[in-house]
Amino acid sequence: MSIILDHVSYVYGEGTPLEVRALDDVSIQISDGEFVGIIGHTGSGKSTLVQHMNGLLKATSGHIYFNGQDIYDRDYSLKKLRSKVGLVFQYPEHQLFEIDVFTDVCFGPKNLGLDKKEAELRAFQALRSVGLPEELYYQSPFEISGGQKRRAAIAGVLAMKPEILILDEPTAGLDPKGRKEILDQIGKLRTETGMTILLVSHSMEDVAEYVDRIIVMNRGRVMYDDVPKQVFSRYRELEEVGLAAPQVTYILHELRDRGFQVDTEATTIGEAAETIWKAMTT
Amino acid sequence: MLRDITLGQYYQTESVIHKLDPRVKLGGTLLYIISLFLFHSFVGYVIAAGFLAIVIGLSHVPFKFMIKGMKAIFFLLLITVVFNLFLTPGRELVSFWKLTITVEGLRMAVSMAVRLTLLIIGSSVMTLTTTPNNLTDGMEKMMKPLKVFRVPVHEVAMIMSIALRFIPILMEETDKIMKAQIARGADFDSGNLIQRAKALVPLLVPLFISAFRRANDLAMAMEARCYRGGEGRTKMKPLIYEKRDRVAYLCIFAYLAAGIALSRLAGMLWAGI
Repeated sequence: MSIILDHVSYVYGEGTPLEVRALDDVSIQISDGEFVGIIGHTGSGKSTLVQHMNGLLKATSGHIYFNGQDIYDRDYSLKKLRSKVGLVFQYPEHQLFEIDVFTDVCFGPKNLGLDKKEAELRAFQALRSVGLPEELYYQSPFEISGGQKRRAAIAGVLAMKPEILILDEPTAGLDPKGRKEILDQIGKLRTETGMTILLVSHSMEDVAEYVDRIIVMNRGRVMYDDVPKQVFSRYRELEEVGLAAPQVTYILHELRDRGFQVDTEATTIGEAAETIWKAMTT
Repeated sequence: MLRDITLGQYYQTESVIHKLDPRVKLGGTLLYIISLFLFHSFVGYVIAAGFLAIVIGLSHVPFKFMIKGMKAIFFLLLITVVFNLFLTPGRELVSFWKLTITVEGLRMAVSMAVRLTLLIIGSSVMTLTTTPNNLTDGMEKMMKPLKVFRVPVHEVAMIMSIALRFIPILMEETDKIMKAQIARGADFDSGNLIQRAKALVPLLVPLFISAFRRANDLAMAMEARCYRGGEGRTKMKPLIYEKRDRVAYLCIFAYLAAGIALSRLAGMLWAGI
């Protein structure tokens, strides 16, 4: 179960004066069970990139392989691909439309041709896995809070039981508490199901704690593709392209500059606290 | 898919045509459209096409961009041509099976096709070179005399500018929601008419909700800035005619006069022969 992007380029509005090269010769391989963060500032091509992975956008040039099959082959079913690669869009709550949350979550599995019973079972499981309180299942999706709407929408994709889950800025517009809840829920999903997850974000802080690999996009190109520690060690270069390393990286570097023996490679607050504690006590 | 419609879209660039007062462009376009129906001869169409070509040249908008807008009305054009071609009575030219093409029909079809094409391109020159805001400003000022008859000119202009402003936003929104639902396995392209209509529900409901939400936000933002209708409202950039606008009017009238005179002359010569 892997996705391979082989020299993929995508051009918006080819041949017009508004031509934009959104993806420029991108080659990535994502293997089974990975938890990858895709980071880049607005307009770096990260959303365009993930829309290629389930065939919503067709690359201007290059190939994409899912489980070894070229998805642009004439007899390849994109519909099937989309059931395997679940994509949660930015502000997914804008796609809700049914009379109640539960029916809305059933929409995906029903489109897969599953019978009512199976679809409802999956919807139930999906809603449970995103941690939505049960009393909200039969409420109108327009009357619940923003964070709850987002969970319902994520459940709508999860109910299709994808092998790979892609989330495009799942925390955009949420307050810190809502952000943490959603991210924790995604982390939990990962540990429980071992699903491959791609998390698109422009915030290093968001992904630092969860992912085991970071792809940094800049102007449609892959700038870095490495483990978080390696990526964050280049925080000066990241700043130049309008990104920033997590705040702890800055604090640790500052401390190191002032003579404390801290490990600057710590990426999460927990790790940072540990290394600072060590430096202080020894 | 939806982005192909250029009708009503603005093309950002620097040119004389872009700088013209919107009233000149509105009036000019209106006169141009009238002229297309006044000219009845081949010579007239050549003049009309020539005039349009010059304007397009001056506008610095690539011709390719204008043709794109034609795609949307291609079928209308095709139907018009076919109906005129086969259903106009007159002298027979060719006939096969039950269909006959007459000389009059052919002439009618060609002139219809030319007129429609010029009409569409002519009006897209206006919309491509004028921002929606400018356009409604111009309309508001031109229609001001109607206020005497209690026509709410300002309100109509405001409604129009908001509607125009929202077209690209809602198109983008449609594209996004469509993709989101396709990602959930929705199918917009297959099935019979009823199935397709049903398939639109997951698209239309979120779209309407988002439109209402945006309308609400906009109303709030306008109120927060103390908008209270057109009464006593002044403009930041009032429309004032400049030299180039007068020259442009002159050009339009010169074109109209030349067109009418020449096509009459050609008509007389034709009759003389």
